[in-house]
Amino acid sequence: MRRLVLLASLFLLAACAPAGKGARGPDMGVILADDPAPSLSDYGLFADMATGAPAPGVLPYDLINPLFTDHAAKHRFVFVPGGQTAAYRETEVFDFPVGSVLVKTFAFAPDMRAPEDGQWRVETRLLIHKAGGWAAYPYVWNAAQTEAVYSPAGQRIGIETISPDGAPLQLRYAMPNQNQCKTCHQTGKDIAPIGPKARHLAHEGQLARWEAAGILSGLPEGVAGEPYAFDPSAPLDLRARAWLDVNCAHCHKADGSASNSGLWLSSTETGPARIGILKHPVAAGRGSGGLKQVIVPGDPDASILLYRMASTEPGVAMPELGRSVTDPDSLALIREWIAAMETE
Amino acid sequence: MTIDLRALGSAAILLALAACSPTTSDKAGAISELPAPLSAEGDFGATLQAALIAAKPGETIVLPEGTFQLIDGLSLDVDGVTLRGAGQDKTILDFTGQEGAGEGLLVTSDDVTLMDFAVRNTKGDGIKSKGADQIIYRYLTVEWTGGPDETNGAYGVYPVESKNVLVENVTVRAASDAGIYVGQSDNIIVRNSVVEYNVAGIEIENSMNADVYGNIARNNTGGILVFDLPDLPVTGGNSTRIFDNEISSNNTRNFAPAGNIVASVPSGTGVIVMANQNVHVFDNKFDDNRSAHVLIMSYSLPFTDERYNPLPRDLVLRDNFYGAGGNDPQGDLAPLAAALGGTLPAIVWDGVDRWGEGAAQDVNLAVLEGPEAGFISLGLGKYPIDPAAMAPSPERPAASAVAEPAAIVLPQADR
Repeated sequence: MRRLVLLASLFLLAACAPAGKGARGPDMGVILADDPAPSLSDYGLFADMATGAPAPGVLPYDLINPLFTDHAAKHRFVFVPGGQTAAYRETEVFDFPVGSVLVKTFAFAPDMRAPEDGQWRVETRLLIHKAGGWAAYPYVWNAAQTEAVYSPAGQRIGIETISPDGAPLQLRYAMPNQNQCKTCHQTGKDIAPIGPKARHLAHEGQLARWEAAGILSGLPEGVAGEPYAFDPSAPLDLRARAWLDVNCAHCHKADGSASNSGLWLSSTETGPARIGILKHPVAAGRGSGGLKQVIVPGDPDASILLYRMASTEPGVAMPELGRSVTDPDSLALIREWIAAMETE
Repeated sequence: MTIDLRALGSAAILLALAACSPTTSDKAGAISELPAPLSAEGDFGATLQAALIAAKPGETIVLPEGTFQLIDGLSLDVDGVTLRGAGQDKTILDFTGQEGAGEGLLVTSDDVTLMDFAVRNTKGDGIKSKGADQIIYRYLTVEWTGGPDETNGAYGVYPVESKNVLVENVTVRAASDAGIYVGQSDNIIVRNSVVEYNVAGIEIENSMNADVYGNIARNNTGGILVFDLPDLPVTGGNSTRIFDNEISSNNTRNFAPAGNIVASVPSGTGVIVMANQNVHVFDNKFDDNRSAHVLIMSYSLPFTDERYNPLPRDLVLRDNFYGAGGNDPQGDLAPLAAALGGTLPAIVWDGVDRWGEGAAQDVNLAVLEGPEAGFISLGLGKYPIDPAAMAPSPERPAASAVAEPAAIVLPQADR
């Protein structure tokens, strides 16, 4: 699996990284400061900025199903301050102590069929658990790929590469502004992480590694994650719900930024109307595409959900942020799922 | 791979610019006390977004005069900020080339004032505020300059899930859903505004305690709508007063994309009350609405929400002026009117008083107009409609008018 190859190569990089700026390890003064540091290296999260190798105590991790972000490769790291642990929770994000940092670097390669070859890092986003709650800070990498600078205003850059299915891919990749971080990372009035939930992390011994690294406590026996959304050997319904959970439910939940839609797409939701089955839209506008219900069982082409996933037009496209091209694999999955639903 | 780095580097400079803007005065008073406007040079969208992020509570951000092209949505998440332009027709944020985001400007913080600027041609909604308490929308224009079109954004001014909402002296044109839409909110004033060429001029939906007055709703598909919908986090909309409005010539074709609830609004309706409770419509002037001046109706689609009541209840209609209208009913009203001779009176009730297998309810619709104001109950009984079951009657239902809610008072009214 591609993700594993990536991680392995990063470990190798870490092993041979020269000591340099940041080799001292995470700087709690910078991490807990009221304001963001001007440069990513100031945090000491990386042993070597040029290679992206993490500092000691900064652990790479991955998600079973990552959010689709224009085919960007993502490298995730977690840091929990020494001697402390994140407390396990069954359905919500783990309870991370103050001082924890979640790091996500977005990168592109000349050919995304081999995303580890010749990567260009575009941006690194930090989620830091400050004393007063989580804060989100975006950093944009320089042309020399030696440093990333705090860039709260957001911007778009043009990217040309080869997509994972081998076709030429031209993007206007959007680096979000700091407020847009919160659009997705919202829980009530607060910012919160999305990914580090048991159901997204529990595969290939990852949670045991967190526990062994001393950053996770309370891990029960036998925690099972959701299936990989594109593993055809897993049940279709579970795969589709897992995909919606990761790609939609950060906004489409009771205390998320799409709460007012009444369409809540977490894999833990159970009500048919709640996840859109035969639900009428409330504020879709032209996002309805002239269709009348969010999901029409057995009829993907009559379902607003799929229509908005298949669009790249602002005001129609969902998610609203982070996607400027469509993902054929995701469309095929959701199409198959709706088509297989029993009609009444 | 090529990476276009042209965009890089500008952000830091722009941040520095933002940091140079002086802090606001203690009082938001005369213009002479305002800080200098943002620079109109360079990438204005980046300048403005940087200022919105760097703003401190209490700060006023002043927009310069001019028309500015923006390619991405703007957002504000700092409490107590005032965003102020040079005037509704002088500072224009033009989103014709918008590449992303669901609206032009999104506000998610409390105690925000937006005033004296225009937002134009957004791909989605114009200005949205969500969970933004004590917001003020004042002297704003939101419009789609190509006129009514299915591809226009849904809502012009769009506060949702908020407490204490003030919308005043705004103008909204050509929204493909509602010009001014207040949803799932509590304690609301919409006043002294002009809404025209939208599908719905003003819509109060799944909200409590709203005063809508002094507005001109003209040339929309439907003038002013008070709705309650099922399967939303907040439901049970109630206690709205609609008064002293001019509601005329709302005869624009319905250009809402199908699937949206307003796509079923018949062109030519003045006020629609659907599935809401305790709604008072008085002292308005209705004229030249070709379907009906006032339409009172139930929610007609299937639903599973057990909290939900699809009937309009406890309505009071009094002291309105009804000019000509009802002469050419449209949409779902057209076939019903045809069976009645082709026209409809000023006030039309669908006559639905039960749903599912339930018994008839006392919906208490008080039509306290003079005898010259026409009324008809279509006597449909329940949904789905069985045309054979139509039992039209000009007799006004027996009712005892419920007490009128007190005038809405907003804590930010003197801001």
